[in-house]
Amino acid sequence: MRDVAIVAFAQTRHTSHDTGLTEPELIRPVIDEVKERTGLRRFGFTCSGSCDYLAGAPFSFVSALDALGAWPPISESHVEMDAAWALYEAWVRLQHGDIDSALVYGFGKSSLGDLRTIMTLQLDPYYLAPLGLDQLAYAALQAAAVGAERKELDEIVRRSRADGRGNPYALDLPDPDGAEDYAVRPLKKTDVPPITDGAAAIVLAAGDLARRLTANPAYITGIAHRMEPHYLGMRNLALSASAADAARAAGVGKGPVEVAELHAQFPHEEIILRRALGLGEETTINPSGGPPAANPVMATGLIRIGEAARRVLDGSARRAVAHATGGPCLQQNLVTVLEAP
Amino acid sequence: MNRCAVIGVGQTHYTTKRRDVSMAGLVREAALRALEDAGLTFKDVDAVVIGKAPDLFEGVMMPEAYLADALGAAGKPMMRVHTAGSVGGTTALVGASLIQAGVHERVLVVAYEKQSESNATWALSTHLPFSASLVVGAGGYFAPHIREYMRRSGAPGHIGTLVAVKDRLNALKNPYAHLRIPGIDQKTVESTPMLWEPIRYLETCPSSDGACAVVLAAESAVTGTPAWVHGTAMRSEPIFRAGRDTVSPQAGKDCAADVYRQAGITDPRRQIDVAEVYVPFSWYEPMWLENLGFAAEGEGWKLTESGATALDGDIPWNASGGVLSSNPIGASGLIRFAEAALQVRGMAGDHQVDGARTALGHAYGGGAQFFAMWIVGRERP
Repeated sequence: MRDVAIVAFAQTRHTSHDTGLTEPELIRPVIDEVKERTGLRRFGFTCSGSCDYLAGAPFSFVSALDALGAWPPISESHVEMDAAWALYEAWVRLQHGDIDSALVYGFGKSSLGDLRTIMTLQLDPYYLAPLGLDQLAYAALQAAAVGAERKELDEIVRRSRADGRGNPYALDLPDPDGAEDYAVRPLKKTDVPPITDGAAAIVLAAGDLARRLTANPAYITGIAHRMEPHYLGMRNLALSASAADAARAAGVGKGPVEVAELHAQFPHEEIILRRALGLGEETTINPSGGPPAANPVMATGLIRIGEAARRVLDGSARRAVAHATGGPCLQQNLVTVLEAP
Repeated sequence: MNRCAVIGVGQTHYTTKRRDVSMAGLVREAALRALEDAGLTFKDVDAVVIGKAPDLFEGVMMPEAYLADALGAAGKPMMRVHTAGSVGGTTALVGASLIQAGVHERVLVVAYEKQSESNATWALSTHLPFSASLVVGAGGYFAPHIREYMRRSGAPGHIGTLVAVKDRLNALKNPYAHLRIPGIDQKTVESTPMLWEPIRYLETCPSSDGACAVVLAAESAVTGTPAWVHGTAMRSEPIFRAGRDTVSPQAGKDCAADVYRQAGITDPRRQIDVAEVYVPFSWYEPMWLENLGFAAEGEGWKLTESGATALDGDIPWNASGGVLSSNPIGASGLIRFAEAALQVRGMAGDHQVDGARTALGHAYGGGAQFFAMWIVGRERP
């Protein structure tokens, strides 16, 4: 495979509420930032990830093109998935060898609707959605299947929020107060990821261009994703076979992992994913605070890749792993391995 | 870049309402037919790429999660593409890209729409607070662009009806086509109500339920009769850019130039034997004839009027009946790409263009701002 690296990453200062900015207004500054940082004005390929249901209107990605200033016309595509998959599509496109750069971005404003109910619409429309199972209900089913100690879950949330307070882009959320205040048992209200608006952008570069643009390109040495059956009853919810498969295919175990950024929205998901990816005590998990500290849906997974890459770009880590997910109860998982040159 | 070929095509019979199947049943039907055409099973597929138009149509958000099981995607990589009306074409290009990159040997590409479980005009109209909602759908959006084309080119008013008749006559030769109107003529079209001046009822596409699937393979994994991919291109431009030409968009011209360069085409009218082009409103045939370089600016309608684009003309357009005859929106682009492949494989049945060796598949979407194209050929590139 051709050497492809992340050379720039930018994200918004995410907010827990609608600040009145439209989606193109959210995107524009992060696009400008990665353009400025790389000095690139045009890209060989552009790909984005977003979801119409967050805004409740069709074609959220259409007006995003106006934010890009896509003129003259650009070679561009869009996934209705977390933008981590847009990065995957761009990585694939760079393998063709005829272009050297790609711009990837993702955005979401979950403040505009009732995310908990909206996520129900992702379920089988004939047999599951009519049951009214919402996002918290199915997450709670998985949490129950994991059966983790309450102490362990609380500690994950405490650590994530503390790290988030140290991250200027994440939200400032207080330590959980230890109250027995449940959202849907066994999940406490503090286990629920915050409603977040935000956007993020990444520039990929191949070959010589990567080395010209930055001293420490974060090389993608492995990237893979896998899907699982949709019906919760067909999966062992305590495990994630697809995350484990993707991690194997990406080669996570081929070397030590210093940092892992996991798209674990609920604390029990972190436990499942650490096991699936084979991450031990030596790996620092979600130093950015992770999704419990900022969860701009559709960009959250891409931000994991960006945060992991940032550790390589700034020289603080030589090998980092990023994970992104989609679908109910971690149905689909993407794993990326990033390494210093 | 690795070579890529289409080795299987599967379609459902397009119709107003498929009450007998769920969405999962619909996509599986097309997928199984494509696999059968390729002599393969789900086990032989490395990855699945699925596309459809806005999720608001059927009210299922990111439905690939739900459709994974029906498409045998469990345990495999699966991606979901959405680029508005061009999505079917883009989905094929994303699948081809996986092969060309050397990531996979065989990819299943599927696109669908079940319009009977949706309201397209509602789902295609942006609402307050994003824009003043006119609830006019796609026809209301494109009609002014067509009127501007007529003004610029001086095309006579009956050109649209010629396309409406020609494509429906072709549809009678395609067993999968939705609209089948035996004996259709100009009079029939002119007798139907005016929907969006100058578009009459029979000059617009139907609302269809349907799915289309193709199996793509690397050279080493080809089975059966391949249609080789000679070029792929996508282009997008902003919808609100002041001064963009919505009648003949630059993105369409650039996309065509890119795909022609890859396929070594300098004279599309002579070198391309058959084209499947996204024509959802009759007038888009002369407009795209010019945008795609088959005719000089202002001359596209003359090509249509001369009969050149008919099945027995020198450059048949939409031998399958096109979008005007079948329109499961999210799949409509992929159907163009698949029909182009069927033609060069010599497997298009009664609407086969004799000796077709090179074919264009085309799709567009959004406010005529997203374009996806491929050129397929009988010969290995």
